[in-house]
Amino acid sequence: MTPRRLAPVLLAGLAGLVFGLGLAVSRMVDPARVLGFLDVAGEWDPTLAFVMAGALAVTLPAFRWLPRRQQPWLGGRFQLPTRQDVDARLVAGAMLFGVGWGIAGLCPGPALAALASGLPEVVGFVVAMAVGNAAAGRLT
Amino acid sequence: MAPFDPVSALAGGVLIGLASLLLLGGLGRIAGISGILGGALGRPDADTPWRLAFLLGLPAGFVLWAWLRGELPEVHLQTGWPGMLVAGAIVGFGTRLGSGCTSGHGVCGLARLSPRSLVATVIFMLTAAATVFLIRHVIGEGA
Repeated sequence: MTPRRLAPVLLAGLAGLVFGLGLAVSRMVDPARVLGFLDVAGEWDPTLAFVMAGALAVTLPAFRWLPRRQQPWLGGRFQLPTRQDVDARLVAGAMLFGVGWGIAGLCPGPALAALASGLPEVVGFVVAMAVGNAAAGRLT
Repeated sequence: MAPFDPVSALAGGVLIGLASLLLLGGLGRIAGISGILGGALGRPDADTPWRLAFLLGLPAGFVLWAWLRGELPEVHLQTGWPGMLVAGAIVGFGTRLGSGCTSGHGVCGLARLSPRSLVATVIFMLTAAATVFLIRHVIGEGA
């Protein structure tokens, strides 16, 4: 691979590594913690709120300033979503996701990171998630 | 389970934010896991290599933390095989249909002040909380 092709792969790999590290450090890879946050009528665990606050403390300023640059560090262009409308697909998708998230306590990032735990049920979750994702992709 | 630790939670969140900053600053892309997964599952194109590298980085981060700490991060499953398979399928379907998950809509979309992401985030948070309430406090107590 030429350096021009390799650089984006290395940077994305590093971003994935830091993302996965963040999920592990914040304990978001543990479904018990995530459901502890979602269980408002139980023994409430505020962890998820602090994780979101930490992430937004970085992304709120970063996403304001970075796209004003001419182009990303490795070239190309910024590809940000432009849609503003709220449609039935967005609402239905978010509701379905919420139900699944509430059952297992896993969303896509933590599920992929937790693959490294070696638990076979997590592998099952990720395979099912990939199938569901591809199925929805065929509709669009 | 380890007690609530606001410092780890904030530090982990900052790392997640930095990862999103890296991907946006370097490649001009949104760190939305469901979107990146969807792209990687589609027909191979010029974006496939970096998408796969990002997705492989996620479990690598888990391994790195396990190595640094000398113990595996805790993963307490909350449901059995049927629940995990059903939940996985609807999480995959729902996040693709709704164009994003906790990372794309929650971390990146909210940062962009996107109305769609705000609506999606509020809906999946409320739906998830209602689902947990139903499972733990309605069905759970009835059983």
